[in-house]
Amino acid sequence: MSLVSLDQVHKYYGENHVLKGVDLKVEAGEVVSIIGRSGSGKSTLLRCMNGLEEYQKGAVIVDNQSVENDDYKLRLLSRSVGMVFQNFNLFPHMTVGENVMLATKLVMKKSSADSEILAKELLEKVGLADKFSAYPGNLSGGQQQRVAIARSLAMSPKVLLCDEITSALDPELVGEVLKVLEKLKQEGMTLILVTHEMNFARDVGDRVVFMNQGRVWETGQSDEVFSNPQTEELQSFLAAVR
Amino acid sequence: MVQFTDWDILKNLLLAARWTILLSLLAFAGGGLFGLILTLLRSMRSKIITRIIQTYVEIFQGIPLLMQLFLTFFGLSLIGIEVDAWSAAVISLTLFSSAFFHDIWRGCIEALPKGQWEACRTLGLTYLQTMRYVIVPQAMRMSIAPTVGFSVQIVKGTALASVIGFVELTKAGTMINNAVFQPFKVFAMVAVLYFLICFPLSVLARHLEKKNHVAR
Repeated sequence: MSLVSLDQVHKYYGENHVLKGVDLKVEAGEVVSIIGRSGSGKSTLLRCMNGLEEYQKGAVIVDNQSVENDDYKLRLLSRSVGMVFQNFNLFPHMTVGENVMLATKLVMKKSSADSEILAKELLEKVGLADKFSAYPGNLSGGQQQRVAIARSLAMSPKVLLCDEITSALDPELVGEVLKVLEKLKQEGMTLILVTHEMNFARDVGDRVVFMNQGRVWETGQSDEVFSNPQTEELQSFLAAVR
Repeated sequence: MVQFTDWDILKNLLLAARWTILLSLLAFAGGGLFGLILTLLRSMRSKIITRIIQTYVEIFQGIPLLMQLFLTFFGLSLIGIEVDAWSAAVISLTLFSSAFFHDIWRGCIEALPKGQWEACRTLGLTYLQTMRYVIVPQAMRMSIAPTVGFSVQIVKGTALASVIGFVELTKAGTMINNAVFQPFKVFAMVAVLYFLICFPLSVLARHLEKKNHVAR
């Protein structure tokens, strides 16, 4: 069974039909990029995978758990699915270390000592070992985003959802964040990213999903999709972003 | 006829000022506690609870404190509960300030980015953990200055308790004036005493606000 599986997912915001029957399967270890114009439903789709958005019809199954609007089930799900946001959403009143350790202590019930070892290890991995006691407000955007990645990884998720995680960054800081993602891919992490980084999607991503008008319009292996787009909509989209 | 020296007047006013301060403290504590409960209840986002609290706040913010005092003082005795001026004043000021405190604190919680809640949710924190470790600490920092600022309003609000016969600073001033017939002098002293209570609070509020801005 696929790690992430969406079956005919429909989502409405009131009258507005934003997801019109989306099917998508993601296997463990895959790196899938979701691209598309703003308003095409790509972020909403991502947020349906961890219950941040409710859907009205269809099924979303992640790591053999059905994603439903039920607080208890969503808390269980949070151990399988991590999420990194466009605006980092770090806790500004806590140090970097405390940010990473909060959930390991409260949710995973790890001891302070174990949490600290894990946090330091993860911060080392994202290249911020020396920032353990710093506050997020004193870090650059790229550093903050890497802390946010470390915080998600502390829950040892099976899949990491990335919602435009480089969009709020200054261009020169994008690289350091993408490098971390590349490293995660090499370690076998499953990544699903909504992204505008077409180069990253093509070079690092395994598969691309092009969303248009609330549907999966076109999907395929990355190099193929980029070199040989089939639909007119994807062609014009790629022409516009290049 | 007995002669009152200025010191006599001031002494009696100072004695009465104790009650102004005590009443303010009780209203601050009671209103704070009740306001906190309202705020926590409301953050649970139940539609019915929100509607009830909203109505509560609108009623207490939309009716002059003076009327609230009258209604508590005369209304409760009408349904058979005898309240003295003390209790009526404490009850009214508590309810009044709880509505405002709730409004201030709700505003602080809502001012936090939605992403803070979402981050907690994706990390698997429970509602209570989210409040305890992430929302309340940040909202509290933001709320200190407006909370202290509102306490000035409470102190000034206690003056209205004089009309139901509670002898605090204002009432004492009225009574003393009835004996000495020097309204300007007496009420100027009353005014100075209020100012001496409120001014430090205003300064504190401003100081805390500045500190908060630097911290962010």
